[in-house]
Amino acid sequence: MGIDCQAFWLTLQLAVVVSAALLVLGLPVAYWIAFSKRRWKFLVEAVVALPIVLPPTVLGFYVLVALGPRSPVGRWWITLTGHTLAFTFSGLVIGSILYSLPFAVQPFAASFAGVDRRLIAASATLGASPLRTFFRVIAPLSLPGLITGVALSFAHTMGEFGVVLMVGGNIPGVTRTVSIDIFDRVQASDYSGANQTALLLLVLCFLMLAVVYGVNRKAWMVGPAK
Amino acid sequence: MNDARIAEPAAAAEAKARDALLEVRFNKRFPAQRQEFLLEVEFTAAPGFTILFGPSGAGKTTLLDCVAGLVMPDAGRISIGGRVLFDGGRGTNLPVAKRHAGYVFQSLALFPHLTVEENVQYGLAHLPQAQRRERTSAILRACRISHLALRNPREISGGESQRAALARTLVTDPAVLLLDEPLGALDAATKAKIIDDLREWNRTHRIPILYVTHSREEVFALGERVLVIDEGRIVAQGTPHEVMTAPLQETVAQLVGFENVFDATVEAVHPERGTMTCALPTEGHAGPVHLETPLVRAGVGSSLRVGIRAGDILLATSLPQGLSARNVIPGRVLSLQQRDVIVSARVYCGLEMEVHLTLVARDSLLLAPGREVWLVIKTHSCHLMQT
Repeated sequence: MGIDCQAFWLTLQLAVVVSAALLVLGLPVAYWIAFSKRRWKFLVEAVVALPIVLPPTVLGFYVLVALGPRSPVGRWWITLTGHTLAFTFSGLVIGSILYSLPFAVQPFAASFAGVDRRLIAASATLGASPLRTFFRVIAPLSLPGLITGVALSFAHTMGEFGVVLMVGGNIPGVTRTVSIDIFDRVQASDYSGANQTALLLLVLCFLMLAVVYGVNRKAWMVGPAK
Repeated sequence: MNDARIAEPAAAAEAKARDALLEVRFNKRFPAQRQEFLLEVEFTAAPGFTILFGPSGAGKTTLLDCVAGLVMPDAGRISIGGRVLFDGGRGTNLPVAKRHAGYVFQSLALFPHLTVEENVQYGLAHLPQAQRRERTSAILRACRISHLALRNPREISGGESQRAALARTLVTDPAVLLLDEPLGALDAATKAKIIDDLREWNRTHRIPILYVTHSREEVFALGERVLVIDEGRIVAQGTPHEVMTAPLQETVAQLVGFENVFDATVEAVHPERGTMTCALPTEGHAGPVHLETPLVRAGVGSSLRVGIRAGDILLATSLPQGLSARNVIPGRVLSLQQRDVIVSARVYCGLEMEVHLTLVARDSLLLAPGREVWLVIKTHSCHLMQT
């Protein structure tokens, strides 16, 4: 029995949706972290970084509770769609977004903060709004950071296990991802099948990281031209 | 700059000149662990150049940042032609983007990911494409950098970068121009050319230009009006001639770095020669040392201090003749000390003077302690200060 194409396809879809969502959601959060002068900024930074150290089961547990029919979010979703979020692909996306949040936000924020402040000031003195400054100056000069954030959250979502199992369970074609497939095969003593899938995941993650380091090696100078 | 197309109709320019006064009065406190810094200034700048001169750390850049809106003062009022940019009392603080303050930073801050042309177009986003293109090509031509339009800022020279940064700011038709040592690293010839072009531009665009520098040469080259800033305050203002040649505040003199500073008494004034004779009291010597100095507003008998830079004094081993320098004083070398590539000589002539020479000069003159020499000092190397 070869690679479970259905699980693989599902995982790929999940990773694409999650990294795309994080690109959209992560930008404002990272912008705020990079430029806000609020005193309690460190608390937000700590919350964003939480998934790095939190056991996936803990995060998964709370996401499951939050999405369940007893929570306000879960109830609101049920009145909206007629079914619960838990054990669905959408639920999986929400859990994965939270789980990969720091992997997107931190590289974004670090590269925003690395943009020469005088370039940002120059843009403002030339009449540009903060939004225009962001899209014309900050984002282009942060491109390596943006690519890094997207690639890391993509790879991280591809390989997640705990949160997926807690939130999504193991429903083929709906929430059964490759890492769960590998676990199942090992349980069933199908080591060669597990090896094939694991090897594919290994190579994919390596390629993603190679992109990350390759991009940052040729990073654009983020200071002003001399 | 040299293009009629970017000039405004004369009448409009004149109307603009009448009410384009930049009025600045504010204070800003920077708490710091060791010593807090207080910037407290009040001045009015008319259209044309106003030089902000002072040592680094005096608060010149912060002053520009406050006018541009990048730093918010604690209290005060900043307005340009009656348009209020900041008013602490009323809580007015116009955002940077709405101030129309053209600002060329010391680092120039050209966008490294855009071409020269895209940099220059950056501030014209509100205009229709055709107009944007026309104004961009006009200013590129006026700044003599049309041929660099498609280059990246990293591929052009220092002088070209300065021109590109200026063009990017000038093309937006700012209400006030803030220049933070924009010509810092350039050679004198390139600098003079850019300044000429900027003056030409200023003739048709009568706006106040605040020009920050710490170079004396630039002050004289540019100056209609100078504000001398030290430790967050304006310590002197006037024309370059008034500020730089009248007896200076001691702080101003020290910032320019004089190795030799002596007490002096005015002994005679020679208005017809534009000079005066000062006597420098000596210890254990026949009489005072007399120096011919530039004429300043000081009467006979008044006390001054005279500052002479060690690098401005010449040494001669025989009595020099046929010199334009008015001061030739006999003395004796006390000591010679090599510091990196210069030699610092201490010479006694009734008082001790420090003289800087090159290694070659020391060797070719066979200078050694005890050697009799003549000190040669030009009148205009004697800088007078108030006591």
